[in-house]
Amino acid sequence: MAMTQSRARALLLAPAGLWYVTLLVFPLAVVLIFSFGERNPIGGYAPGFTLEQYANLPSRFAAFRNTLTLAPLGTLAALIIAYPLAYYLALRVSPRWKTTLLILVIVPFWTSILIRSYAWIYLLGGNGIPALLEALGIDSIRLINTPFAVLVGIVYGYLPLMVFPIYVALDKLDKSLLDAASDLGTPPWRSFVQITLPLSMPGVLTGSMLVFILLTGEFLIPAILGGGKVFFVGNALVDLFLQSRNWAFGSAVAVALIVIMLIVVALYARAIRRFGASRDDVGIM
Amino acid sequence: MRLYAVTVYAFLYLPIAIIALFSFSAGRSASSMDGFTTAWYARALSNPFVMESLWTSLRVALLSAILATVSGTMAALALTGMKGRLRALFDGLVMIAVMIPGVVIGIAALIALMTVFGAVNPWIELILGRQLSMGLGSLIGLHGMFTMSLVVLIVRGRMETFDRAQIEASNDLGADPFGTFRQVTLPQIAPAILAGFLLAFTFSFDDFIMAFFVAGSETTLPIYIFSSIRRGVTPEINAIGTMVMVASLILLMIAQILLRPDKSRAEG
Repeated sequence: MAMTQSRARALLLAPAGLWYVTLLVFPLAVVLIFSFGERNPIGGYAPGFTLEQYANLPSRFAAFRNTLTLAPLGTLAALIIAYPLAYYLALRVSPRWKTTLLILVIVPFWTSILIRSYAWIYLLGGNGIPALLEALGIDSIRLINTPFAVLVGIVYGYLPLMVFPIYVALDKLDKSLLDAASDLGTPPWRSFVQITLPLSMPGVLTGSMLVFILLTGEFLIPAILGGGKVFFVGNALVDLFLQSRNWAFGSAVAVALIVIMLIVVALYARAIRRFGASRDDVGIM
Repeated sequence: MRLYAVTVYAFLYLPIAIIALFSFSAGRSASSMDGFTTAWYARALSNPFVMESLWTSLRVALLSAILATVSGTMAALALTGMKGRLRALFDGLVMIAVMIPGVVIGIAALIALMTVFGAVNPWIELILGRQLSMGLGSLIGLHGMFTMSLVVLIVRGRMETFDRAQIEASNDLGADPFGTFRQVTLPQIAPAILAGFLLAFTFSFDDFIMAFFVAGSETTLPIYIFSSIRRGVTPEINAIGTMVMVASLILLMIAQILLRPDKSRAEG
């Protein structure tokens, strides 16, 4: 019985396993190998074993700098905007409306980020917000193709992903704790700082980690709203592989990006252990 | 507090509304609103480039979502209640697939496939008289690999919330494993499977970045939209964007409604 069961399991896992090996594990291994190789003069990759590509990483300093300043800033801004909304949904809305309102937050995240981002070309372009500001007497503000535009785009794009885990953490919170605190005469702000905030930290950490990780790999939003002036590592990668066809160096940049993400995940894992929470807060829906 | 929530919802939906609004603008300029027309929709739907890329996107989304749903559901069935190294390995693979940025997955698949194709193509040519290249196959393969991970997460989530005693009871009453699956397990996980399929379809249909690398000579609808807005936004693109958004909003609403009982049960 046990034998047939494990055989059935192996059969059920076979298609997925084969798929992962051919289109995930093998390609990532190729990237790692190529990152130690050399550039083929006609483009592409030439075998070798050198650390030259990694030594050359500082030549893409601007892309890493933009990513590593705008990604934390965007994460922080998303957190500041998302927290009160998650709080409202979890603790203030009647149960009847909760699910509907939550779905309304999550649905935009699953629709085309490409179309949602380019809508901001209107809002930030000459006839949008700058025209409004001009009517108010603030002249010649340029918003489109600036770091600000990219920041707005990434906060807008990833806000739902921040709201959801914080909502889950706040929703699980034992409300009788808050009642007890208020019965004992604790002012609301103190019970927020001492009870609600610490208990929602797992959600805050999960949301921040998810948003930050996705932001570090972002390509579309800087491409559409940054106008080639504000580029991320993702944009540098597209340029290296599709324009200059420097596969070896591009692979090294990709490996560096993954290493940054792994560091963030490791920091997250340490932080979440301190708050003693499980990882099952990671929700994608 | 309520006002704040309304403001955030406005922030989330305003850009979508703006695109829909400008898609009805009668003027040629895409940045001002004068008059009302549905001409841009007619124009978009009779543009052969739009229709061809739409057809490509639909085929890729449908096929990749079917394959992803079947193999993802199979994997989720096997993983439920499983422990040990194989389980840890699979959980790791699912997480990697979801977490690694699309741009890296796209690039990795591009250089890996091009290298393999370069190596085997002389032989393939010799035997079959044609060459392997990027196109529908690589698009379906890569989208399916990613969306299969979503299906695994969703279906496994549902499997873990339902009462396993029912399966044991069914087995004790003499049902064979397939009978148990068909009569006990499947009816309970069917909504999750369908929701997973809809999400997989929507993701593939909307994806730009992975497709950008592995599409070869094919053009998907997001690739068409991206290259069009590089040349400037037109009301026609707004009309296409509005149709795409409305279609995905409908599919997503269905998916969310299917997943709803799951959540209320998990909350107890």
